[in-house]
Amino acid sequence: MFTRRHALGILGAGIIAPRAYAQARHVYDLTPIQIADGMWMIEGSTDYFSMQNGGAIVNIVLIEGDSGLILIDSGPSLRYGEALASVARRLDLRGVSAVINTHHHPDHFFGNQVFADKPILSLGETLSAAVSDGDAFADNMYRLLGDWMRGTEVVPPTQVISSGEVTIDGRSFTALPLGGHTVADLAVLDRQTGTLIAGDLVFYDRAPTTPSADLEIWQASLNELEAINAAQLVPGHGPVDKTRAAIPQTRAYLSWLEHTLRNAAREGLDMIEVMDTTLPAEFAGMGAQPQEFHRSVSHLFPGIELQELPRGN
Amino acid sequence: MFRKTVVGLSCALWAQGAFALDDPKTKLDDPMKSGMWDYHQVELLGDPEVIRFDERVIVRGPVSAEDSLNVPLLVDATGIDNVKRIVISADYGPIPHILTYYPEQAEAKLGLRFKIDQGTAIRASVETNDGQWFVGSTYIDAAGGGCTAPAHAYASDDWEEKLGEIHGRLWAASGRARVIVDHPMDTGLAGNIPVFIIQNLAFESDSGDLLARLELFEPVNEDPAFSLYFEPGTLTGPLHVKGRDNNGNRIRGLLAEGDTH
Ligand SMILES: [Zn+2]
Repeated sequence: MFTRRHALGILGAGIIAPRAYAQARHVYDLTPIQIADGMWMIEGSTDYFSMQNGGAIVNIVLIEGDSGLILIDSGPSLRYGEALASVARRLDLRGVSAVINTHHHPDHFFGNQVFADKPILSLGETLSAAVSDGDAFADNMYRLLGDWMRGTEVVPPTQVISSGEVTIDGRSFTALPLGGHTVADLAVLDRQTGTLIAGDLVFYDRAPTTPSADLEIWQASLNELEAINAAQLVPGHGPVDKTRAAIPQTRAYLSWLEHTLRNAAREGLDMIEVMDTTLPAEFAGMGAQPQEFHRSVSHLFPGIELQELPRGN
Repeated sequence: MFRKTVVGLSCALWAQGAFALDDPKTKLDDPMKSGMWDYHQVELLGDPEVIRFDERVIVRGPVSAEDSLNVPLLVDATGIDNVKRIVISADYGPIPHILTYYPEQAEAKLGLRFKIDQGTAIRASVETNDGQWFVGSTYIDAAGGGCTAPAHAYASDDWEEKLGEIHGRLWAASGRARVIVDHPMDTGLAGNIPVFIIQNLAFESDSGDLLARLELFEPVNEDPAFSLYFEPGTLTGPLHVKGRDNNGNRIRGLLAEGDTH
């Protein structure tokens, strides 16, 4: 099969940009911020994937374990994974000891390749979804990010994490098997610091994405996360939340989204007309808007419309 | 971040081959510079004498196709009088012709969804009753695979029961009609699955008057979904939907004013 990835491999970077220019630009500048004792976060851009940000739009968490750093999510590409590995070695000479993938979206696990010799843990359905959707995700990522993706191969997680109280590299976590953003979304509570790493179940000041979403299940997951009353929360995208604002914000956006799409279907609007909807001020300022709203119309409107329109035969 | 689960051989490679083609009778300056327009002007529209690009033909789609199997498009040619038909097509793709709309009593405006195979110019070519053509364009980027991917329907085994199922209704006050017909719309380009498409859909009044009709081709999306627009307040009764696919299955339905679920 001839794909864009192969085209890139055959033709080289010259088709995207002059080689020197490409090499100068395709460097991830990852800065770890300490967010708790023995815990660092690399905060992603709140924009959509672009040739400028190289797909570094995701939050990564590094946590001290007994034999190295436990990495939660691994970023969008091989090159990103390599940059992560060197950040980890600067924080702890022993580097990364284990990897957890919160879910199977490519910006969260395409750096796995670099850590293939370590245990890579996820929920069981995340593992199978990464296997079945990985190649199609990769083709899209090559299209969106071009040479940033050079050499990236899909490396799915290798071990299924059990739910509840788990110990990974000597550190205790509560693993919460949830869903709704995708078929399986893992949230992890670090027992020692009370930090909840929520994956993409929670977005903060960045529009939630819905390509694999089930809104009802997602809302139920948010309720479970809120009940934890974590000391602080790391969303999948957006800044760390110490004021318990991120979960209500994500919930409010998803509620508004569903309500807006249902109303549009009841009024007989066409998808392009729905995309013209003016976003309320509280959501218009989120990162990656109105792009994510437009994407959500594509993902969700056809299904909602079928539910709302009566049978005609 | 993407739902796309299909990857196909780029089925538009054929279009990059050189075509031995005489210039059209009326050579236009294509605002999209796609390199394929001359060919479609001759092959698809029959090389008309009087034709031009015209901004009154508005073609609206997303900048980039999020789901290559379901790309929304809104064509609005209400700025042109006496519209006979609107030919909607993609410059690059294994089957360029998406559909032809005959608005008849409806406004020259149509909402639809289609399968896209790669980034391409999309055209709406409007023919008026006196034989003049007016063409509008937009460009939609895409990852590819839309035309050569098998229909979702084959992932489930109840597709035969749902074949021809219609959802939809009218909104007389705003002059809208919306219809979705359950159908795999197989292009014949995926694996060994033969072409299986709805070929025509007509919309009639209670008294049997033809209000609008559509000729569909392979690139129309699985479970075709259309928005029709009438002058607000003029739709008095229900709309009868009548159609047929290439296997001879009849499609029958009724769109009525009424409550959505
Ligand atoms: Zn995600």
